[in-house]
Amino acid sequence: MSQEILKLTCRQLRDEIAKGEIKSSDAALAVFAQIEKYDGPIGAFLNTFKQDALQKAKEIDAKIAKRQNIGALAGVPIAIKDNMCTTFGTTTCASKILENFRSPYNATVIDKLLAADAVLIGKTNLDEFAMGSSTENSGLKKTVNPWDKSRVPGGSSGGSAAAVAAQMCFAALGSDTGGSIRQPASFCGVAGLKPTYGRVSRYGLVAYGSSLDQIGPLTKNTEDCALILNVIAGHDEKDSTSVDEKMSPMCDYLAGIEKSVKGLKIAVVPQLFEGADSEVVNAVKSAIDIYKKSGAEIIEIKMPHFEYSIAAYYLIATAEASSNLARYDGVHYGHRTKNAGDYIEVYTKSRAEAFGQEVKRRIMLGTYALSSGYYDAYYLKALKVRNLIRSDFTAAFGKADCIMMPTSPTTAFKIGEKTADPLQMYLSDVYTIAVNLAGVPAISIPCGFDKNNLPVGLQIISPAFAEEKLLRIARMFENQTDFHQRRPAL
Amino acid sequence: MAQKKIDIKQVRQVAKLARLDLSEAEISQFTGQLSAILEYVEKLNQLDTANIEPLAHCLPINNCLREDNVKQSLGTEKTLENAPDKDEKFFLVPKILEDSGGF
Repeated sequence: MSQEILKLTCRQLRDEIAKGEIKSSDAALAVFAQIEKYDGPIGAFLNTFKQDALQKAKEIDAKIAKRQNIGALAGVPIAIKDNMCTTFGTTTCASKILENFRSPYNATVIDKLLAADAVLIGKTNLDEFAMGSSTENSGLKKTVNPWDKSRVPGGSSGGSAAAVAAQMCFAALGSDTGGSIRQPASFCGVAGLKPTYGRVSRYGLVAYGSSLDQIGPLTKNTEDCALILNVIAGHDEKDSTSVDEKMSPMCDYLAGIEKSVKGLKIAVVPQLFEGADSEVVNAVKSAIDIYKKSGAEIIEIKMPHFEYSIAAYYLIATAEASSNLARYDGVHYGHRTKNAGDYIEVYTKSRAEAFGQEVKRRIMLGTYALSSGYYDAYYLKALKVRNLIRSDFTAAFGKADCIMMPTSPTTAFKIGEKTADPLQMYLSDVYTIAVNLAGVPAISIPCGFDKNNLPVGLQIISPAFAEEKLLRIARMFENQTDFHQRRPAL
Repeated sequence: MAQKKIDIKQVRQVAKLARLDLSEAEISQFTGQLSAILEYVEKLNQLDTANIEPLAHCLPINNCLREDNVKQSLGTEKTLENAPDKDEKFFLVPKILEDSGGF
């Protein structure tokens, strides 16, 4: 029975729970049994809340028994990347500096999930402060890919992606600054949506690159991405960059998802396929062929500035990070050194003792890019190039409804393969980063497997606030294929 | 090999600005790694951006104004909950009034 429950999507489970066919408590028990059985070797979770989750599930079962109104995610067990603040448990960002931090407030997305009657089961591992592409930069735990335990799950939302793939939750929230939802979704064979910048409130998301960060769902299919986006999207007065709904109204992302897009025009950038592994290229090209066979028009375009996105990103994101992470001072919260003489040493030693190597490296790079004498050459230059990159997208969307390309140039790589050379790790973000610089939404969905039986992700990018159409386009592919239904043998 | 983009002296200065008490091993390692990264980002100079506006924010945003009403805030107790050192009302830090030299 419990194995049957675990196979359901969020939408199916919610419907069964609402009908009284499945109890929310049984869904929660099934998830915790799965975690107890498999998360030892996988390591997706930093923290789980069995008692509280079962209590919440019982409350939802009671509501249903009394025929009270229930929320859109009633009884559905969901995991949260541990860089979103929760008043329950700790919020660590997988950093030693926040190892014991207990947030005094909930992130807006947490309050919204709770209001929708979701059952929050635990917090998932990540690269420290979401800085990384493999989850190997976690200061607290190692997470492996459920498809091959010698490989990384991707990052930085690696714990969230691994948890969904291993059916240890029905969906998870991640955050995406340069591909941190889409790339792990691709590596773990699940769907991952980065909404338009500002569509989802960042209040309570621990800041990394504030002009790039965005929260989104990792799920078993696009329908569940739509369901969760319905719950978490919307203006929040606590996040001044969350989008004014008068400017771009919200809509029901789920209602029309089965409606295929007529006269679909897909842009592809042939040059961009050159840098990817041949098996990835083949899978993505076959996926685009499926769209072509169902009547879509394929338009070849150029995006001349796309190749500059990694260089621009690693200046802009690190500059923002160096400023955002100045708050870890050993005074207000987090780790404080025991070896300080004066107050300056409280600052310098607390940070040096508790930040990991990648976090230090990015703070250093960002501080340098912003420092007097280098600001114009690096930071300002990167912002100008960011404008050029965005103009590539604007031009593309003048001709097509969406752009398709691989999510990542490779499938999941081996643990330790790229840790010695930070630049090599950065280059693995080649397809995802430009999307954050332009602020537009994108989704990664499974579109094939390589010879090692590792999932390949198709990335679909759409204009700002066109998530409704983006999800419909992605759903068209799912309706003709079964890649999204395959699960790893654990 | 061409001269490094950033030398040990500069890395020390940046560490000071970033308030990071790095070890000698870290300083030496970061000098090499940051040089390689800065070498890579040089490719931005292939682009002529003389007439391009810098883009700090990717979407049009407006000022968010609201009524200046008093609302519930966290309060002292909750705010101090995670402090590594505190008394009833304040965060505690080593004495800061003396000249601590250098910064």
